[in-house]
Amino acid sequence: MNQPGTIDRRQAVARLVADRTDDLLVVGGLGAATWDLAAAGEHDLDFGLWGAMGGAVLIGLGLAMAQPDKRVLVVTGDGEMLMGMGGLATIAQQQPVNLAIVVLDNGLYGETGGQPSHTAHGADLAAIARGCGLPVAATIAEDERMGEAVSLAREARGPVFVVLKISPDTPPLVLPERDPVVLKDRFRAALGAAS
Amino acid sequence: MTETPDPDWPAAIFDALTALDIRQVAYVPDAGHARLIELCGAEPTMTLVPLTTEEEGVALLAGAWLGGERGVLLMQSSGVGNCANQLAFARAARFPLLTLVTMRGEAAEKNPWQIPMGQATGPLFETMGGEARRIDAAVDAGPTVAAAGQAAFGSDAIVAVLIAQDVIGVKSFEAAQ
Repeated sequence: MNQPGTIDRRQAVARLVADRTDDLLVVGGLGAATWDLAAAGEHDLDFGLWGAMGGAVLIGLGLAMAQPDKRVLVVTGDGEMLMGMGGLATIAQQQPVNLAIVVLDNGLYGETGGQPSHTAHGADLAAIARGCGLPVAATIAEDERMGEAVSLAREARGPVFVVLKISPDTPPLVLPERDPVVLKDRFRAALGAAS
Repeated sequence: MTETPDPDWPAAIFDALTALDIRQVAYVPDAGHARLIELCGAEPTMTLVPLTTEEEGVALLAGAWLGGERGVLLMQSSGVGNCANQLAFARAARFPLLTLVTMRGEAAEKNPWQIPMGQATGPLFETMGGEARRIDAAVDAGPTVAAAGQAAFGSDAIVAVLIAQDVIGVKSFEAAQ
């Protein structure tokens, strides 16, 4: 099995969304990625998933197409990404310049007891993304390179795909709003999209 | 003897989608949707989004709605079975979903592999808290899609329109001799 990563997930996610403005729209993948976003400070323009496993990057694509002048950042985990890998080919076909995907890869299913995921056995999500046709696909394993990760996630021409090799530690739960209708309506209202 | 030509039902559906201000057209290809996909692809206000599997479309269109755009998901009945968990998401969050489903597994279907999912298509949408309407005659295509779209986007509902195999035509498996 591959060596576990060392990047602190909470610090990494806090840096990814630091100093955000209303020009940044964030989708959190089911589970720990959504808790990490909540820990960084809940925002009206966050849509954190408590279900819909495998759907995070597609939600990001639909949002990026609908809001081409905003930056869309999807933060998700390796297990969630593995369930929706075909979506990377769908995204590559659209080439949304305003979409960035960051996968927090700890090589395990943290919400369900820490069972090893496929990335622990060698599945290389950045290589898969590159193979699907995403032009920027990087794996970052060192905390010293977090500045590069932030720059890719926030500024680089998309579609951008970044795998962060995070520590398998489980930080304390920080739960955001749970009602999906509230999350949806709050997001649309903040965007001025409410009908 | 003069035959009455079938109404151009894909064009009628396209007109209904245009009137609904549909912008994202997600699909897994199906022969029955081929002409509608061509029409949407030629329309500058619409973007085609080919999917690798149908459930991607449910998530994509949730994202579109979050961003203030409307979309439609085109698929064959066999693809509806791929969508259940993402339909649960759409239902829980009350995302509107308009989907047009070309039916297999009914009428004179000659492929037994298509029959179970064809029979389960309407009940599956209902099980997931959505609604399934039908187009059994080509002449009804435009009005049915227009009404389904108004229902979906007006009341944040999952509304599927099932296009009967009699409307589309039954796939032939005649082998070249």
